[in-house]
Amino acid sequence: MSNFNIPENIAISESGFLFLAGTGESFTLNQIGKEIFNLIRTKSSEEEIIDSIVNDYDIEKSTVQKDLADFITQLKQYSILIKE
Amino acid sequence: MKIAVTGLNATDNPAPGVHVIRSIKDASDFKGSIIGLVYDSLDPGIYMKDLVAKSYMIPYPSGGLEPLLERIEHIHRKEKLDLIIPTLDSELYGFVKLQPKLNKMGIKSFLPTLENLNIRAKDNLFKFCDDNQIKVPKNFIVTSLHDLYSLSSKLKFPVVVKGIFYDAYIVNNFEEALHSFNKLTSKWGYPIIIQEYVKGDEFNVVGLGDGTGRTVGAVPMRKLYITDKGKGWAGITIDDKVIIELSQKIIEKTKWKSGLELEYIKSAETGEYFLLEINPRFPAWVYLAPSAEQNLPYALVKLAFGESVETFSSFKVGTIFVRSSWDLITDIKTFEQIAAHGEISV
Repeated sequence: MSNFNIPENIAISESGFLFLAGTGESFTLNQIGKEIFNLIRTKSSEEEIIDSIVNDYDIEKSTVQKDLADFITQLKQYSILIKE
Repeated sequence: MKIAVTGLNATDNPAPGVHVIRSIKDASDFKGSIIGLVYDSLDPGIYMKDLVAKSYMIPYPSGGLEPLLERIEHIHRKEKLDLIIPTLDSELYGFVKLQPKLNKMGIKSFLPTLENLNIRAKDNLFKFCDDNQIKVPKNFIVTSLHDLYSLSSKLKFPVVVKGIFYDAYIVNNFEEALHSFNKLTSKWGYPIIIQEYVKGDEFNVVGLGDGTGRTVGAVPMRKLYITDKGKGWAGITIDDKVIIELSQKIIEKTKWKSGLELEYIKSAETGEYFLLEINPRFPAWVYLAPSAEQNLPYALVKLAFGESVETFSSFKVGTIFVRSSWDLITDIKTFEQIAAHGEISV
């Protein structure tokens, strides 16, 4: 995810509960959301994230591409993913 | 050590007293008892088990300072008070004026200065912020109906119409502004503040200044649940250096003495904090501070006794308060003690 980063003061629990310490907001991610979040945090590229989800789940690549784009838009909207 | 605390009306618009007491009593080295000073025989704090050793009715400072002083003298003769902590905005001017007399009686206090109280008054806040490069919503001070009509062409709706001490309404047109204006003047008098509406989330900070410009501690909170009266009913401590530094700056510039609550709005558009109000006492949610490892009310007690207090350097982020409503049961005999005799031990 070039040029974008997850701020350090965002914590995620094992169950996918996100806490934004800077604003006090919290969100719940499902299993796939949690995996994507963790992949973004480990600096995986968009292509690597798509491959990982396609490999782990039986989903069409085009569906993953579209859903990932939506998910990333949401993360940016809530300032979970910000420009470096 | 005997500490008297006011503001035990823990209602849907709660006073801070009960929460200040709870904080002090939580301090592991606190050895003493608390006396409640109440304005109403139904103040819930009176009936909370193990909160205060005794409660006494006191007259409102607005009814004149002499009767209040006489009542405190009477209570002092019986209780030998060491410290008084007033917790309500409306009584602070009175207690500041009584301070020299209380000192003479041997009763300590740790109150804001008159300068502190005057800076935070809504009509002076704008100038203070402007002088110190602190963002604040644009303000118009209105002292007559004629002023309001003269402003009508300049107003960009929505705006906030605020009373000098309490209450604020967001209005969307001039008719609504006029309605709120009349409501507020009949309740609180002039001036009325017409304030720019900044869209965003509310963040508050509880802090303690030692009067030299030093911030002893500051804990920021985001309201998670707001009642229809605008009161935070749940909140969470947050990790944001910007709001802490801004609060330290305000305490430094005002040389704030005593507890305070800073109310901010974070602009949804720019992400900047705008200072809305300085409340010259701890807020009702102050118990969140000791829960997040900054016992600011107890630090105030130590300062009042001239002890040195170290600056709190951190707090626990993600600490949440959820206010509750709980019926306390008492009986007519108990109620009689406070209603008819003005004092009660529960």
